[in-house]
Amino acid sequence: MAEKNYNHIPTDKFTFVNEGERLTDQKFDDKPVSYFKDAWIRFRKSKASVVATVIIVCIILYAFLAPLLITSHESTFMVNMYAKKPSRVASLREFGIMDGGVDRDFSEKGLVKAVAMGIGAEDWDGRGVSLEEGLASEYQPMLEIGEPKTVIGPGKKESKSFSGRIDSYLEVGFFYRSIKQDELQNILDWEAETGKKVLYPLIENNKWCMDNQDANYWYKSNKGTPVVTDENGKAKTIEYGEGMMLEDNYKRDANGDPIYWEYTGGGTFETAQLKVRVLYYNYYQYLYGSTPDYIMGTDSQGYDLALRIAGGIKLSLLVAVFVCVINFVLGSIYGAIEGYYGGTVDIVMERISDILWNVPFIVVATLFQIHLSQKLGAIPCLLFAYVVTGWISTASRVRTQFYRFKTQEYVMAARTLGARDSRIIWKHIFPNSLGTIITSSALAIPSTMLSESMLSFLGIVKLGTAESTSLGTLLADASGIWTNYPHLMIYPAIVISLLMICFNLFGNGLRDAFNPALRGVEE
Amino acid sequence: MKMAKYTAKRIVLMFFTLFVISTICFVLIRILPRELPQDKNLAQVIAARWDALGYNEPLLVQFWIYLKNIFTEWDWGTSWYIQFREPAWDLLTGRLLPTVMVNFYSLLISIPVGILLGIYAAIKKNKWQDSLISTSVMIFVSVPSYVYAFLVQYFLYFKLGWLPLQVYSLADAGGSWFTWKMFYSMIAPILALSFGTIAGMCRFTRAELTETLTSDYMLLARTKGLTRAQATSRHALKNAMVPILPMIISQFIGILGGSFVIEKIFAIPGVGQLYLQSITLFDYDVFMVDCVFYVFIGLLAGIVVDLSYGFIDPRIRMGE
Repeated sequence: MAEKNYNHIPTDKFTFVNEGERLTDQKFDDKPVSYFKDAWIRFRKSKASVVATVIIVCIILYAFLAPLLITSHESTFMVNMYAKKPSRVASLREFGIMDGGVDRDFSEKGLVKAVAMGIGAEDWDGRGVSLEEGLASEYQPMLEIGEPKTVIGPGKKESKSFSGRIDSYLEVGFFYRSIKQDELQNILDWEAETGKKVLYPLIENNKWCMDNQDANYWYKSNKGTPVVTDENGKAKTIEYGEGMMLEDNYKRDANGDPIYWEYTGGGTFETAQLKVRVLYYNYYQYLYGSTPDYIMGTDSQGYDLALRIAGGIKLSLLVAVFVCVINFVLGSIYGAIEGYYGGTVDIVMERISDILWNVPFIVVATLFQIHLSQKLGAIPCLLFAYVVTGWISTASRVRTQFYRFKTQEYVMAARTLGARDSRIIWKHIFPNSLGTIITSSALAIPSTMLSESMLSFLGIVKLGTAESTSLGTLLADASGIWTNYPHLMIYPAIVISLLMICFNLFGNGLRDAFNPALRGVEE
Repeated sequence: MKMAKYTAKRIVLMFFTLFVISTICFVLIRILPRELPQDKNLAQVIAARWDALGYNEPLLVQFWIYLKNIFTEWDWGTSWYIQFREPAWDLLTGRLLPTVMVNFYSLLISIPVGILLGIYAAIKKNKWQDSLISTSVMIFVSVPSYVYAFLVQYFLYFKLGWLPLQVYSLADAGGSWFTWKMFYSMIAPILALSFGTIAGMCRFTRAELTETLTSDYMLLARTKGLTRAQATSRHALKNAMVPILPMIISQFIGILGGSFVIEKIFAIPGVGQLYLQSITLFDYDVFMVDCVFYVFIGLLAGIVVDLSYGFIDPRIRMGE
């Protein structure tokens, strides 16, 4: 076939390429990307939102796992004596963190009193303990003592001042307690078992005693300034410094042995009350079986702050999720009916929601609290208040979406085919507004948390109970006193700020993911 | 003409809404049990007065008396516990000035700063300055106002060592609300209020301005030969202001409402504090007038904002 004549190709040379095969559409090699997957891909790209989501998950995990992992206390565990104390963990104390320490300036009297707690803790048998031994004691509250400075007080009186750091748990020191016979026996058993001392000698109420209610003045002092006495009872004041030897003022029996308990009440031997002087730090261990370990310290009443915060986060989440669901359900139903039917229905329903929208939320919440909190409790009342007004913005968004989509051709087609109203609403139009609803529900979370914490901060909603509290209540409790106890404010404030920032970022990420057209529009 | 008709319609609707909400509030407040003070003589006096004022009549009659008193004598009820026998309206208006002043000063600072930051961020869009501003705005918008209050207290009073200046009475501040001492004592709450507003304003301005900066008429202005600065200030900024101005107006109306939290933390004797006092002391007439006041402020802000759009930009005329 040297010659190629393409103009005249015989017909029998042609054959069908696909002869004997069925011609169909080719299948996609890829899986189709669904609406949600598409949104997820977009969401993943925004780094800030992903980080925010991780932090949210961490905070939620903390809220639920904190009671199990970081502390052995129940959430209702409260010790009044250790209220408002900063964070302290016994095992981390040696590294200088979480030592329960507070920086403070001490007068000489105050310093002697603090140091004497450590000396007294060693001097449980009245044998006399030197300053050096006392400073080395594990019960010594003074963590650091600075060099003395001379300060001139009122009346041009010169006095010494020491800057120092004190363990505020050990600072509680000794205190008097009235106990029964059987408790005394239990304490003695516990002492024998652990080798730790709880009971300490009682103090003589004489002229050397500064204050017979305060169990920490166990040394002889002249109005707080420590003294040593000679045989004639003449007193010589001593100063704080090396070699200082405090003279004890213990009650002693005829043999000169210190007395550890005495009867205070009448009654029989079994029922009589005994007055004892206990070292609170060890007494706490006797009562609760462990050293006081509080990762974030204790709150203004003496609860474990870490658990209170976990409870507050849980409450915030509970309220926020509830409002989110309410938003979703009520908002979409109301908005769908409004938007789909339009006309008179729309006007009437719009007027109702307009009226509700214009009632300030704080007024709604207050009225619900005043009326119903006695009967139903504070939290249900708060939730009801959100039910009244929470859904309106979502409803109006859904309404707009319905107005946009209800005149589209596919809806007309569905109606022509005889679809019922409910089918058109839920199957055809509603999925189009799903993104909007999810976004506005997600953005309702931070605003709900904010208003919840505001209301409890203002005291309109009283959420603080023995079991749980809210972050706002914690902050309100701290607001007057936080300058002296900064941890009361810092931890709840950090947590609520983090929650707010992260949920806002998360919501913005969702919005950008579901409605890419709205990216960058903030309002 | 159509504008006037629209305005009239909105105002009528506003008063209708106000009436409905007030009625609901009135019913909910009046059905609460009233408590008499412990002091027997005082309790007798108050009980007699309540009887004379018709507090024991059926609810509908009470509401009629209430409305009649408002329309004939502008009498909104009486305070029984916060300030004995002081008319509730006088109590409210007396508390208005501190609230307005603190919020007004705060807005004077925060609106210009917020707008300038927003413009700067929009011009430097997608550069590091923009991401710095946007990130901090995100943080500042989210953090609740009481955290700012704590921070301001901490830095001003403890780090810088400024004394927490307290003004105990009007006479203590020099007999007027407008003395230097009074202003000095207000610095902390003004700062605490400003952070959130600055961040909000900045975010809004940035969003609006970035939109106008990318529009077609900006391209035209540049092709005409205008410099970037000229085009931005004459065209983009002007158009961006259309939504920004109503927002400023609504902020200024909102200052009447004030901020509950800041007033509580800094002990400002304002409307928010009056509200909280009236709840804790069960002073229901004051509570009622405060509620109506807040509802009215909210409604007024909505109306003024909607109408101001029409005045600022003649293209957006409602009802046409």
